[in-house]
Amino acid sequence: MQYMFLIYSADGSGPQPGTPEFDQLMADYGAFTKDVRDAGVMHEGAPLQGVETATTVRVRGGNVDAVDGPFAETKEVLGGYYILECADLDDAIARAAKIPTAVYGSIEVRPVLSM
Amino acid sequence: MTVLVAQNAHTVIERIVREEWGRVISALVSFCRDFDVAEDALHDAVETALKVWPVEGVPGSPQGWLLKTAQRRAIDRFRRDTTGGAKHAEYEMLRQLESQTDTMEADQPIPDERLKLIFTCCHPALTMEARVALTLRTVGGITTPEIARAFLVSEQTMAQRLVRAKRKIAGAQIPYRVPDANMLPERLHAVLSVVYLIFNEGYAASSGSNLVREDLCREAIRLAEILQALLPDEPEGQGLLALMLLHDARRTARSSATGGLMTLETQDRSLWDRGQIRRGRSLLISALACGAVGPYQLQAAISAVHSDAHNFEATDWAEICRLYKKLHEIQPSSVVALNAAVARSFADGPGDALVELDRLGADGSLDRYQPYHVARADMLRRKGDFGGASNAYSTALGLSDNDIERQFLKQRIAALIR
Repeated sequence: MQYMFLIYSADGSGPQPGTPEFDQLMADYGAFTKDVRDAGVMHEGAPLQGVETATTVRVRGGNVDAVDGPFAETKEVLGGYYILECADLDDAIARAAKIPTAVYGSIEVRPVLSM
Repeated sequence: MTVLVAQNAHTVIERIVREEWGRVISALVSFCRDFDVAEDALHDAVETALKVWPVEGVPGSPQGWLLKTAQRRAIDRFRRDTTGGAKHAEYEMLRQLESQTDTMEADQPIPDERLKLIFTCCHPALTMEARVALTLRTVGGITTPEIARAFLVSEQTMAQRLVRAKRKIAGAQIPYRVPDANMLPERLHAVLSVVYLIFNEGYAASSGSNLVREDLCREAIRLAEILQALLPDEPEGQGLLALMLLHDARRTARSSATGGLMTLETQDRSLWDRGQIRRGRSLLISALACGAVGPYQLQAAISAVHSDAHNFEATDWAEICRLYKKLHEIQPSSVVALNAAVARSFADGPGDALVELDRLGADGSLDRYQPYHVARADMLRRKGDFGGASNAYSTALGLSDNDIERQFLKQRIAALIR
């Protein structure tokens, strides 16, 4: 079963680019991605550009309304995602706990609806 | 087979069904991997039992009979669902299910899968409310209306809570198995906290009919007994069972003839259930012998020290203080610190304990915690500060929504004025 892992953290809460901590974070992500690839459970995954680049689009009455900013103005913002094959929720929780952002942000785990 | 007298049959069958429910449903979920299908199928089987048993008698293995009948119902349901455009995989599953049922003898005891059921129902990915409801419903076999009454919510609310929980189990695929050794301690702790919450809900002299409340205590004890039988080497599970037995042994003494609240200080200790205390104590001793002390064992030990004293004055407060100190080391919460201070006030007098209480309350975190104000009021009263005590009792009164407790606090205030 596929689960989506939505990686959230408060803007600026993690290590900042240019610091050794940031380099470590990148290395940890590299290692995590390698792990899930080697285990054959990786479907996809990517980091996202900063929330300041987000645009929210709605179509109302046939008009396209595009506005600056994320859908919800919250402290924690979506920073990236994975879609991984997991045996069950316990397996997914164990994977989520290994995503490097989990130690300062949060990982939302959602089963993918198979069509 | 036992032939039942007709008017008696219904009650007997209900009792059997409740006793066997958890075991049968746990085997059914293993069989069909679906909580909803399992529950519907068992309901159907029970209805059939109500018709058949009074005529043919209770089968040698009621659980085997219920399981086999429910399995046939579950298969019928799968067959109905898969007719027309059925997928190959579903036919395959159906065939497998049928071959499983064929090898089952209705007169044999069935494998006990309740541990899997308990861990699934108490999974941390469910809300605490859902865990409690689901555990009582599926493991305990308590009906939805009964659970709703016990938790003072409407039947509809409780039914929705159960539906949502089952949907999450199916949708997110919460596993149906006993957790691996590395996850077991954490998950067992989650299970024990659900059981203890059920007990406390019943033990708190709270609103709701007393009968239902007592049922919750009994049910929590039964759940802990099941856990103890299935995981005999877990000292905290034993510790929790011991703790509940020791507390529950004082049930009759906790309320006066008029239904008022009796504190440990005023209880008639001859009303304590000595047999149950002995049972709690021997469980505690064997738990402590494992050498892995935990919060439930320590709380049970504290309760056991109280049980030893023939009257309040004979309580070994020094020992209770030592146990609270240990408990605070492994569970450093302000509630434990508060209880430790109360014990200290009886060991050494209220002076230092009051200073400790004020220190604990300084950050405002206990402002809305009613037992804090009751403890403070009590210590002030014993110190002779009746004005301060009256104020603290009034604060506690304002925080209580429980009639029996409010009555008790009002009496305390009245006694100060006299």
